[in-house]
Amino acid sequence: MTLLDFVNFHIVPGLVLGSIYALGAIGVTLVFGVMRFAHLAHGDLATLGAFIALAVVWGTGLNPWFGLPAAMAFAAGVAIGADRLFYAHLRRRPLILTVIASLGVALMLRSLVQMGFGVDSQSYVRGIVRPDDYFGVRLRDRELLTLLAAGLLVLALTQFLARTRLGKAMRAMSDNPDLARLSGVDTGLVTALTWGIVGALAAAAGFFLGLNTELRSMMGWQLLLPMFAAAILGGVGRVEGALVGGLVVGVLEECAVLVIPAQYKSAMAFAVLLLMLSVRPTGLFRGKVL
Amino acid sequence: MEWIGLATYASQLAVFMGVYAILALGLNIQWGFAGLFNAGVAGFFAVGAYASAIFTSAADPSRIGGFELPAPVGWLAAMAFAGLVAWPVGRVCLRLRSDYLAIATIGVAEIIRLVARSEGWLTGAASGIANLPRPLAGPGGSAAAALEGNLGYLAIVLALLLAAYLAVERQLRAPWGRMMRGIRDNETAARAMGKDVEARRMEAFVFGAALMGLGGALFAHFNRSITPEAIDPMVATFLVWIMLILGGSGNNRGAILGVVVVWSIWSMSEMLTDRLPAEYAIQAKYFRVFLIGLALQLVLRFRPEGLLPERPPKG
Repeated sequence: MTLLDFVNFHIVPGLVLGSIYALGAIGVTLVFGVMRFAHLAHGDLATLGAFIALAVVWGTGLNPWFGLPAAMAFAAGVAIGADRLFYAHLRRRPLILTVIASLGVALMLRSLVQMGFGVDSQSYVRGIVRPDDYFGVRLRDRELLTLLAAGLLVLALTQFLARTRLGKAMRAMSDNPDLARLSGVDTGLVTALTWGIVGALAAAAGFFLGLNTELRSMMGWQLLLPMFAAAILGGVGRVEGALVGGLVVGVLEECAVLVIPAQYKSAMAFAVLLLMLSVRPTGLFRGKVL
Repeated sequence: MEWIGLATYASQLAVFMGVYAILALGLNIQWGFAGLFNAGVAGFFAVGAYASAIFTSAADPSRIGGFELPAPVGWLAAMAFAGLVAWPVGRVCLRLRSDYLAIATIGVAEIIRLVARSEGWLTGAASGIANLPRPLAGPGGSAAAALEGNLGYLAIVLALLLAAYLAVERQLRAPWGRMMRGIRDNETAARAMGKDVEARRMEAFVFGAALMGLGGALFAHFNRSITPEAIDPMVATFLVWIMLILGGSGNNRGAILGVVVVWSIWSMSEMLTDRLPAEYAIQAKYFRVFLIGLALQLVLRFRPEGLLPERPPKG
């Protein structure tokens, strides 16, 4: 196998998959950091986003990319609503109860998708797309656009966190919630904002996964493990860590098929997760340990 | 005879309740007493079901097996293997907060599902393992014999449930149980008193997983077969959780009460949705799943201690 083949068959798909994982993992790491619990409904939020975009495509017949903002806005609303309805009242009780509640929300979101769209796999556009050649590296348009869009979303988020007042408030709450509250941070607003961002990013991850593969009602649940592996690999609470972690897990999964049967490539994420938890739970970028 | 059909149905319902009660007891040890979040109940269930199936089934050239051991040996193997799968996961995750255990157990259940579906030499892949022995099954054929077989199996399941219940209750009244509650309620204090927190958690995690394995084996032998499609991992795990939380986590009688309530509602609603016209059948199926998710939220909000709250044992 030449180097170019290796790049075309493993690195490129790995980076595309990895950028999808990264979008999801950033959401996971934000909830971990700001709300301090593992949000198990994150994958099914991605499923919901993917199918909302599909509904837009079916309803209007437009290019699927027009579905993306609608899906992100809708999922942001759902995430904020789920927090208000099901998580907020548990905040004074042990946090693990919120994790249980999020497992319930995962089941509810998925069954809603299954009721609305059935259980067969769907896709945004039919037909086979041939990749274009860029000096030997073959890329489909949608893969290139996924990489670009994911990069832009991450850039926008990091700028928001670094420069704006609300972004700083979010980081403050992640570092020390009591101190943030005492310094006058509106924790209610920051909480709602966090959920909005998390929901929107999850929907984007679901949309890109649907665009590059197909839409299934279980797609999000199967994203959960790699997203958490990526978040923990990068260090909980670290946005740049989640980005690197997502890309690493994606490339590892696509390279794993060289040595293990293809159906087990999702076990790669699990191996990364267990390895990081046993040798370095703070992750590569020194995140938190709950 | 109409009543024989009804009695057969009722006895089948009761067997499933017994199996779920064993699963709920296992989860109660992990969550109710040790505060460990196992989100992969179905994974340990599947390990038990397949382990027992491999040990007791007849030879099949396409996969390993052909040991044809008696069912009780298979059940012991089920418990041993489920515990064995739990051990390394516990080793990595039990020193961290239970969120990590939740994710890791989801991963374990997912990988076990993959193995069950793709490793034909071990699990028979999609066709699964069939013709498992069923103790006290009777000759079969007539409706009365089917009822008799169900009742015989029900007696075994109830006896095992009673044994498990008594064993767990005894452990909880013993110093071990007090220590477990101490660790769950204030880990730092328990550690300061010199208690080995990780070792105690590991005991609870492995013991609970072994009971889940037993539940899986009992389920497989009742159906005489096990296939990857026999059980929906997420729904099965979730049913056990809602049973335990509704019944009252930390209270074994509560756990069993939760099983009776939830399983009655779950199977009766299935009878209702089966009568719907086919075009609504899929919607109705998933609407039931939606409702158990919602039920969990309502219990957490309005009755978080469950129907029978935990009571510290006397003495």
